[in-house]
Amino acid sequence: MQDLQSLTEQALALVEQAEGLPSLDQVRVDYLGKKGHLTALLKGLGKLSPEERPAAGAKINEAKQQVQERINARRAEMEEAAIAAKLAEETIDVTLPGRGEEQGSAHPVTRTLRRIEKLFVRLGFSVEEGPEIEDDYHNFEALNIPAHHPARAMHDTFYIDPSTVLRTHTSPVQIRTMEKTAPPIRIICPGRVYRCDSDVTHSPMFHQVEGLVVDKGVSFAHLKGCVDQFLKAFFEADVPVRFRPSYFPFTEPSAEVDIQCTACGGEGCRVCSGTGWLEVMGCGMVHPNVFASCDIDSETYSGFAFGMGVERLAMLRYGVNDLRLFFDNDLRFLKQF
Amino acid sequence: MKLSNAWLREWVSPQLTAQELADQITMAGLEVDGIEKVAGEFSGVVVGEIIACEQHPDADKLRVCKVAGHPEGEMQVVCGAPNARTGIKIPFALVGAKLPGDFKIKKAKLRGVESFGMLCAQTELELGEDSDGIWELPADAPTGTDLREYLQLEDETIEVDLTPNRSDCLGIAGIAREVGVLNRCPVQGPEMAPVAAQLDDSVPVSLMAGDACPRYVGRVIRNIDINAETPLWMQERLRRSGLRSIDPVVDVTNYVLLELGQPMHAFDLAKLDGGIKVRLALGGEKLTLLDGQEVELKEGTLLIADEKKPLAMAGIMGGEESAVSGQTRDIFLESAFFNPLAIAGKARSYGLHTDSSHRFERGVDYRLQEQAVERATRLLLDIVGGEPGPVHLRELEEVMPAERHITLRRARVAAGLGVEIADDEIVDILTRLGLQKIGEDSDGWTFLVPSFRFDLAIEADLLEELARVYGYNRIPSESFTAALDILPQKESLVDQEALEQTLLARGYHEAITFSFIDRDSAGLFDPKSEPVALQNPISADLAVMRTSLMPGLCKALQYNLNRQQSRVRLFETGLRFVPGADELRQEPMIAGLIYGGRQGESWTGGKDLVDFYDIKGDVEALLAHFGEVEFQFQAGEHSALHPGQTARITRDGRDLGVVGALHPQLQKKLELPKTAYLFELSLEALGEAALPAFRPLSRFPEVRRDLALLIDADVPAASMVETAAEAAGETLTDLKIFDVYQGKGIDFNRKSVAMGLTFQHPSRTLNDDEINAAVDAVVRQLEQKYNASLR
Repeated sequence: MQDLQSLTEQALALVEQAEGLPSLDQVRVDYLGKKGHLTALLKGLGKLSPEERPAAGAKINEAKQQVQERINARRAEMEEAAIAAKLAEETIDVTLPGRGEEQGSAHPVTRTLRRIEKLFVRLGFSVEEGPEIEDDYHNFEALNIPAHHPARAMHDTFYIDPSTVLRTHTSPVQIRTMEKTAPPIRIICPGRVYRCDSDVTHSPMFHQVEGLVVDKGVSFAHLKGCVDQFLKAFFEADVPVRFRPSYFPFTEPSAEVDIQCTACGGEGCRVCSGTGWLEVMGCGMVHPNVFASCDIDSETYSGFAFGMGVERLAMLRYGVNDLRLFFDNDLRFLKQF
Repeated sequence: MKLSNAWLREWVSPQLTAQELADQITMAGLEVDGIEKVAGEFSGVVVGEIIACEQHPDADKLRVCKVAGHPEGEMQVVCGAPNARTGIKIPFALVGAKLPGDFKIKKAKLRGVESFGMLCAQTELELGEDSDGIWELPADAPTGTDLREYLQLEDETIEVDLTPNRSDCLGIAGIAREVGVLNRCPVQGPEMAPVAAQLDDSVPVSLMAGDACPRYVGRVIRNIDINAETPLWMQERLRRSGLRSIDPVVDVTNYVLLELGQPMHAFDLAKLDGGIKVRLALGGEKLTLLDGQEVELKEGTLLIADEKKPLAMAGIMGGEESAVSGQTRDIFLESAFFNPLAIAGKARSYGLHTDSSHRFERGVDYRLQEQAVERATRLLLDIVGGEPGPVHLRELEEVMPAERHITLRRARVAAGLGVEIADDEIVDILTRLGLQKIGEDSDGWTFLVPSFRFDLAIEADLLEELARVYGYNRIPSESFTAALDILPQKESLVDQEALEQTLLARGYHEAITFSFIDRDSAGLFDPKSEPVALQNPISADLAVMRTSLMPGLCKALQYNLNRQQSRVRLFETGLRFVPGADELRQEPMIAGLIYGGRQGESWTGGKDLVDFYDIKGDVEALLAHFGEVEFQFQAGEHSALHPGQTARITRDGRDLGVVGALHPQLQKKLELPKTAYLFELSLEALGEAALPAFRPLSRFPEVRRDLALLIDADVPAASMVETAAEAAGETLTDLKIFDVYQGKGIDFNRKSVAMGLTFQHPSRTLNDDEINAAVDAVVRQLEQKYNASLR
């Protein structure tokens, strides 16, 4: 049994010396395989007496197992090292930017419009749109602004012909909706509007959102609640809101809505011309003449309407300081939104 | 309207600072735009008198004056004003005075002569616009009095931006009335007692224009001294209200306009031929207005005329010929009521806008005329003297504005405003506003509207008055309630926002360009349409309505290229305006533009420029929102696009729009270094999406066969695919072109197209024979139809 001892030692030494999976496997074949040296010892057991056989056999198997375990351990080491080497080789610079298209951006006016829309749609308002080349009737007459009414001077109107204009506000959509829908009505009407005026603070084209609620029992207090909640939600701040009597031919009573200046907190600054307040929208209770032109009975129904300039709100919300930027479409500007 | 705070205080004076007053009336609906001091900041200026005035020994343009007014006696002042002369009173800035702009007056030597102080022009004190010389004060100005005190300069000009409904506040009296209501304090104007006639003279007046002029008050005043000077206090009040002093007669009529809100006119009596006729213009009449321009009067314009000629455009502007001039001795004063409807829009139609037309078209109190004439008479007599005739009133009672009664129901106050206001307070507020309660029952009240409130006609108007005076901000804010009905919502409608999000994810930035563009651009992109033109464009650049969104996107591209951007991806949504034979179509569109690198600059390389298939991929991504709807791309035409790189997109034969490369000629004209690619789709024509419709999944294996075919180069891929799919039969589940080659090794007018066909049967495994048969059929069909051959 001298052989067993030395064969085992030889095998274990070769396992340690093996430099790769193939040479390791060769050790296995040479010592443990069918024709392997240790396997061969088992074949010699026949020469032993039956009494000696079990103990001798057990020894040989023990040796084989010892070698096999060593091979397994060594294989695991080698595989691990191989994986480690492969991983090391595959290491990249993860700080380089990723591949693919950069994300584009929605225009700040659209972004603002969508924000306004979502606040109201969650309340059950639907979004209505209308033509931008509008007839005199829907832009003025039906809104209680007859020809030569001084309020027409408040609208610097672009004319296509004497009875066709570029809409000066989104209010005609109110009329178009009330003409085809019976109350209750809850709509908002976003869109482009046009005024013949162009300077640092006026653009000949800008955007408005109009809101209209018509139902039974709607009061001025409801209008105040709706506008106040909207402004606080839009600015995500408990911003003070005040209502000032004003005049729009299509609402009575009418109000302008001011919020406390977001730039100075009411102290008075350049943004608010020192007043501490910023005018953000106009609103009022729908004028009975407007209901009449849409065949809605103002004894049964009442309603309120409000309208706001989207660019103005976007400027306040995002701190944009120049109206003209909205229509230059400078990528350096657009990419900021 | 601008008004002097001090003047207002003469009528009503609550314990409020100018700012508090401004805040108060702003919150009552009379929006104050600004408060300005009526003079610059200065001190140490007194009324001075030039006692002596001599030529400066060493300077032609300077004079050496002895000036009285300094508490310590006469001072020597060197002055450069041409009007410096002995005997006049002038503003005298003493040594130590501070003038506007923090300018300190010190002792000085001018060309060797000592000067102790300065004589001031109006502009140097910010007290007027006259900078021609030193300001000559009235001869009775008390020498030595502090100028600020003398001119009562501790005053502010309050500018009120009145809404068109509040014509009643276009005068001091009206604003005072409002302030009185808000502060519950008495309003008392200066005494305006009638002035007794000293003559019998009058001018006959015929009112021939019906309700356009139902009321006309006239008065003759003879022997006035037109060369008298308007008193400084009046000049100052006019100045503080934004008006210049002209002559005493015009100044007085302007003063009354500002004070009472009644526009008046004074005619030179000597220029009138016979009586006054208030009538409508006939065609072809002409009139030279006070501002010197001759206008041809439109038929129907309301005129003040005499027996022979038009004298004035009623309520708008007087005529030059009959106006008061330096030679006038006798005048005829007019104080009339012109109906707002007769004046509205008229001034504007002549390109005019005057203080008078502004008031008449909004509504002037139709009971005010006599009071205004009496007030003007008193003021005139005090300034220019003369003898007045009787006040002569002509009135057409039957066409006078009807008295208005409004019934206010108690229940409507609470329902409309959402707040309970006590009965007493309701009646009190409305009464203070000048309404007269003429009836009352269990439901509410009836009020008579005062003649100065043209804006009160219906119950809602009274609600506003109540709310305004009660205080908008005292009305509670409440949530409104509504029935929560679930509304229909079509799943097949594709949300525009979803399309936009797809483009954003593909690197597009959203642009918003003007809906009006210049005519040349419109013509370049769409030469066949005659765009809708604006009658009054703001500039030639913004003159016609776009018939496509492409010109705007290209302009935005140019703008960015000029600012060192090299890769541009933009889209826009909005209407285009397409004129048609019957009607104008206002069509919502979505359009995009790509330019420059396929990828943004990156370490991953890829310097390729975008091409047609990039933008087509973007369009396909948009169309993918419509589910299994089939859209067709066909080679097409568009005047702005490359004829060989343009596809028309259709759905069931309906044209949706176009995608392609910008036409090289247009590219050159727009000076674009590289090719831009554009698409434009009609959001409406896209239609609705197909809802998903489930098909069972086959459990049996799919089989793929690849084919490489040679085919004529001009056969569209879409046609090949269509033919192949038809020939392959029902078991074909997918067909993809995975390679297209043209060039070396192939006949120059042929191309090699490789396609992969995938077959699968829903309920069994396909055998080779079946698949071979299908593939053979595909090859055969392509051979027959397009002369294709297997490679």
